[in-house]
Amino acid sequence: MAAAGIGLADGRDGMSITYLEAIREAQRRALRENGDVFLYGQDIGDFGGAFKATKNLAKEFPGRVMDAPISEDAMLGMAVGAAIEGMKPIVEMQFADFSSIAFNQIVNQAATHFWRTGVPCPLVVRLPSGGTSGSGPFHSQSLESIYAHFPGLIVLTPATVGDAYSMLLEAVHLSDPVIFCEHKFLYYHLKADDLPEENLPIGKARIARNGKHATVVTYSAMLHECLRAAEELALDGYEVEVVDLRSVKPLDTDTVLASVARTGRLLVVGESFPWGGVSAEVISRISTDGFHLLDAAPMRLNSKDTPIPYHPNLWGTHRPTAPTIVTALRELLRA
Amino acid sequence: MGDAFVEGFRWMLLSRTLEEKISSLYSAGKIVGGVYVGRGQEAFSAALGMSLRRGVDVFAPLIRDQAGRLAYGEEILDAVRTYLGSVLGPMRGRDGNIHRGRPGMGMPAMISHLGSMISVVCGMLIARRFRGQSGVVGASSIGDGGTSTGGFLEAMNLAGVERLPLVVAVANNQFAYSTPTSHQFACRDLVDRAVGYGFTGHSVDGEDLEACLNVFKKAVEDARNGGGPQMVVGSMLRLCGHGEHDDASYVPAAVKGGAKDCLAVARGQMVERGLASPEELAVMEAETYEAVQSAVMQVQKEPTPDPARETWQPLASAWLMEGMA
Repeated sequence: MAAAGIGLADGRDGMSITYLEAIREAQRRALRENGDVFLYGQDIGDFGGAFKATKNLAKEFPGRVMDAPISEDAMLGMAVGAAIEGMKPIVEMQFADFSSIAFNQIVNQAATHFWRTGVPCPLVVRLPSGGTSGSGPFHSQSLESIYAHFPGLIVLTPATVGDAYSMLLEAVHLSDPVIFCEHKFLYYHLKADDLPEENLPIGKARIARNGKHATVVTYSAMLHECLRAAEELALDGYEVEVVDLRSVKPLDTDTVLASVARTGRLLVVGESFPWGGVSAEVISRISTDGFHLLDAAPMRLNSKDTPIPYHPNLWGTHRPTAPTIVTALRELLRA
Repeated sequence: MGDAFVEGFRWMLLSRTLEEKISSLYSAGKIVGGVYVGRGQEAFSAALGMSLRRGVDVFAPLIRDQAGRLAYGEEILDAVRTYLGSVLGPMRGRDGNIHRGRPGMGMPAMISHLGSMISVVCGMLIARRFRGQSGVVGASSIGDGGTSTGGFLEAMNLAGVERLPLVVAVANNQFAYSTPTSHQFACRDLVDRAVGYGFTGHSVDGEDLEACLNVFKKAVEDARNGGGPQMVVGSMLRLCGHGEHDDASYVPAAVKGGAKDCLAVARGQMVERGLASPEELAVMEAETYEAVQSAVMQVQKEPTPDPARETWQPLASAWLMEGMA
């Protein structure tokens, strides 16, 4: 394990802090340590948020956990205004999907502000992202590729409890707008013993599993599917290296290149839609900068190119899972 | 009211003179991109800008607010430098024309998406509320067309919910680009919307400087004194195209004929009220022209952006840049 005490919940004793609790603790600590931080979102006050990511924080920090009307555009505009005045808003979108309503304020207002005016716009937008069973087309989307497309944004995709905690805290310290893509599938099930005091900084990928036959680059909840796939292939003697990007913008090309130099084979796995996006970006960069390192054509595996289905039978096939990743890896290893 | 009227007239005159100069530079091909002027809206805009306290209050101007910007405290040079792309201006050639601002002095830089600055002003007011600064007012401008956007109504609703000291100035100039108000909204009068957002509504003749001064004075004072958000709807005709590329031929002759030029009206009132003689006005106009001319001559000598010296850095966190430029 790359980080002690972090892994999928499997009933082991002592695993007590969930991914969701890590996000709550990071917000609590940010509120405690920085008087400029405030939280803004729908139902996040006394109710504690749709997922309880802000449970008890309104009581603990009176006036600093603000309920918003159902107005994602105005919520983000408000956050931009507060941020350019020196505050540090953390905005909770109830679901990442609804940030489409705030898209204009994020990509045109927040993302351009520093470049246009020289005045920083330090805010964090928390996007409860990705699929969970039964959530359907409008409560399941992964939008990291969309936001990463725009200059001026930092886009984070933590896959572990420790990263959820440390990267959210680091995001609050930055002077730029940060899109924090937290995965809903990991909220309750992913647990760790404790929260890290120190961690890799934003912008550094992590080798989540060492290997030498192929490199799998992934991020967010897909990390855990990829690790399962690597375990299964290990039974056949294949050692698959798994790289967790952690942040998709900036994207740590060097760590990926170094891994591909060791393995000569690359598969990129993402839960988002296949057209363009993070997986295409990684393959483009490695094909350009590391073409000589590749022993086979790089591959990618994303969700299907359809809206995200509701029924578990369909949803389970729509996104990559350990078995489909194993299939892709076997194809890559044969090539 | 005499002093305020004279001051208002001076801002209107300076705005008109500056914008006419910018338009002539545009016609001469000296300006890259568009030129957007506030001809016919100077009284409404200047009165809004004058009602605010620079350094204390927040003002998010929009496309036709040159007069209000000047009255609030924007230097002539900021406007000219942005239009001509001087690197010494606030936008340094990275953005142009009316997309300029100085957020640090309380004037954010507008983006083109209508309705989206009002929530930004809400956030600036909430930041000041967090810091315990009372007696602060925020103002933002919008036109009749902008009131149709989701961003506008979300922000108005938010301001109402938070009972912010916000003044929203709606310039109903009868056309959004070429679209008449009959295709923009179905309510009897835009001011009727105020109550729905939890605002106090005011209506004013936007061609009448004194009326504009009075209504904004009251609206801003009420907002400052805890009276909640205020919406001021001014009526006038846009006496120009959407931009200088547009001849506004779609405006019916009868509509054009029925409109008054607020600057001409105010000029006549200056004389009628004994605030200035025709000779004094002529001197004032000459001095204003000189001030504009001298700013333009200065800026024309200033450097324009050099792509080799541009940082191409959209992040404040420079160490997180990927070097993809």
